[in-house]
Amino acid sequence: MKTGVFICHCGLNIGGVVDIPKVLEDLSGYDSLGYVTDYRYMCSDPGQQLIKDAIRDKGLTGVVVAACSPAMHESTFRKTAEAAGLNPFRCEMANIREQCSWPHRGEPEKATQKALEIIKASAEKVRKNQELSSLSIPVTRQALVIGAGIAGMQAALDIADAGYRVSLVDRLPYIGGHMAQLSETFPTLDCSQCILTPKSSEVGSHPNIDLFTNSEIHSISGYVGNFDVTIRRKAAYVNWDVCNGCGLCMEKCPVKTDSDFELGLAKTKAISIAFPQAVPNRPVINSEVCRHFTQGKCGVCEKVCPVGAIDFKEEDTFIDRKVGAVVVATGYDLHPKTKVGEYGYGVAKDVIDGLEFERLNSASGPTQGEIRRPSDGKIPKEVVFIQCVGSRDQENGYPYCSKICCMYTAKHARLYKHKVPDGQPYVFYMDIRAGGKGYEEFVQRATEEEGVLYLRGRVSRVFEEDGKTVVFGVDTLSNKKVEIHADMVVLATAIVPARGQTELARLLKISTDEWGFLSEAHPKLRPVESLTRGIYIAGCAQAPKDIPDSVTQAGSAAAKVLALFSSDTLSHTPEVAVVDEELCTGCGMCIDVCAYDARTLDARRSLAVVNEVLCEGCGACQVACPSGATCQRNMDTAQVMSMIDAVI
Amino acid sequence: MEASVDFEPRIVAFLCNWCTYTGADLAGVSRIQYPSNIRPIRVMCSGSVDPMYILKALLDGADGVLVGGCHSGDCHYVNGNYKARRRLAVLREVLDELGIGSERVWFRFISASEGALFAETVREMVDSLKTLGPNPAKAIWFT
Repeated sequence: MKTGVFICHCGLNIGGVVDIPKVLEDLSGYDSLGYVTDYRYMCSDPGQQLIKDAIRDKGLTGVVVAACSPAMHESTFRKTAEAAGLNPFRCEMANIREQCSWPHRGEPEKATQKALEIIKASAEKVRKNQELSSLSIPVTRQALVIGAGIAGMQAALDIADAGYRVSLVDRLPYIGGHMAQLSETFPTLDCSQCILTPKSSEVGSHPNIDLFTNSEIHSISGYVGNFDVTIRRKAAYVNWDVCNGCGLCMEKCPVKTDSDFELGLAKTKAISIAFPQAVPNRPVINSEVCRHFTQGKCGVCEKVCPVGAIDFKEEDTFIDRKVGAVVVATGYDLHPKTKVGEYGYGVAKDVIDGLEFERLNSASGPTQGEIRRPSDGKIPKEVVFIQCVGSRDQENGYPYCSKICCMYTAKHARLYKHKVPDGQPYVFYMDIRAGGKGYEEFVQRATEEEGVLYLRGRVSRVFEEDGKTVVFGVDTLSNKKVEIHADMVVLATAIVPARGQTELARLLKISTDEWGFLSEAHPKLRPVESLTRGIYIAGCAQAPKDIPDSVTQAGSAAAKVLALFSSDTLSHTPEVAVVDEELCTGCGMCIDVCAYDARTLDARRSLAVVNEVLCEGCGACQVACPSGATCQRNMDTAQVMSMIDAVI
Repeated sequence: MEASVDFEPRIVAFLCNWCTYTGADLAGVSRIQYPSNIRPIRVMCSGSVDPMYILKALLDGADGVLVGGCHSGDCHYVNGNYKARRRLAVLREVLDELGIGSERVWFRFISASEGALFAETVREMVDSLKTLGPNPAKAIWFT
């Protein structure tokens, strides 16, 4: 073992405080060192050359560069060491600038002593550093996208367009998600279907996209580059390969039921295609209401189907896929209005939520786009829109802002005004949050040009009386109570994570926040990555967001996937945990403590086994291991103990 | 042993790479001055700090040990800071039993952006240890 210490003056940054000649003198008596020298700027070319020459000429087996923080130049000097034939993991930094000379400028003597000890500690560590090389992981260059709303579709298209196969999974029988239910979109008021359907058909016919609708993720295991997924395709009771989508079955089916797509505002049949433009355009039998399943008779669809596609005996099928990356874009649901007590728990028939209003507005909706209230089909002349229902409500809902409600309420009020010019829309709001390109202007038009009456304040009660929906509220700008006998009330209910998202997150082993939204790896710098390598997030699954933001995030997640796919292997730090099989008793303490499921118990050999690729090298297992069998490479207990010796 | 007026406590600090170590770097970059009594040892995670390290440091004569980790919910390794907190809670009992005193071991959440907090923590800890006096273990083994 022959360690060299290279002390950098960093101009006067270090040299102006730390007495480097004294450090050199003291270190020369330190027996584990083979070579000690200093230089004005060690990171400069001549400085690096000095290190390279010394490694070769003095036959150094380890290098300590006493200079700045490892965050600054560790990789620089490890490359230098490697260039001279030394294993890069045999090079360590001693941080005598950020954590010594800079914060102790007034105490040069003490700083000198501290620098000396920091260097000795690094020297002790490097003496026991193993020679390591980066781990190489093969990458399966296929992706899984979960959720086929606008975010999932965009991510799938971007990955597929780059030439990689994508399995796109959605639990609904069609793709498009909530965007398929929208009428017009802010801030341009272009029709949602008009911008969505070309994308849907592109997804449906893309040669690189395998579409699994009416399907869910059954199981997933593995790690970055190597996930094994099983997709469960729920029985549709219709052979989609045979079906030609003629729709005769739906026409003849005698069972009517509430349409989920129309949010209960219209009826559909027990066998149905959610909406006419659905991709794929194939029907599904709702076995909960179908007479064949509930009463064991009927079978009209089977009789009328011209191609014999009906298959009552169909069962769920399981499809296995191996993928290298996963994008989670599972979208959102609305906070159920039945949970909002002050607005009648959804009992009042003419109190609807924002999505229901979208359906009323939609040309393909239950009213063909005419604004008619649900109770009696009359055109409402006074409509009250209430924002922040459940959002920004610490007491009864969620503290966060649902972000899109200010904009869609302005849109709703304007669309209503376009369709019912003599009607009066009122909007109860807390603040108007219209950050976004063209957004503020959009709201301005509602308030200033189109006669939407904005009232700043909350609503205390909504109830039915004499065919009207009465709204009690307050206008805090005029400081007056407001009572409106409205014909219809539209609630901008909070955006919440999609039903089942928490369970899916658990399956994927990615974390969520306290509300169930998926956690990003870093709120600013890694917004589309989960903390699990190879799993990316996009759209409202991460937090409430509008269509442009969802599309942006989806594209960004796709770019991350493509970066991962840019090579058929990827490297992983070798500074991970390792188990000494001689010492391990198979007690399993380390398995519970691992946050990455990087450890399994080999029951047969009674040993803990590390999956080096999953291990992130945090070192928690080393502490948990009662027999000293687990060690974190290049930061093992013996190394830390000798570092402690060096500084006391 | 009488605490002398010019007693300078020696602190060993285990700082997590992602938050507190980076916070300490920031204190330096910002040229915030704090006492030089502290000897930083960079660890990947506060959850990798074995209570044995702390015991060893104290038995070998350190007057205090600082463990710095990420804030609640911010741990780079999901929950290593909570693991550290639980382990330290147990260690505190042991230290009190040994007569070393659990108040010599500080566990603080200091983020990468809290250079000033890091400096302030060191200042406070040095003051506190000066009041406490030298580690009594020294009186047993090193006199």
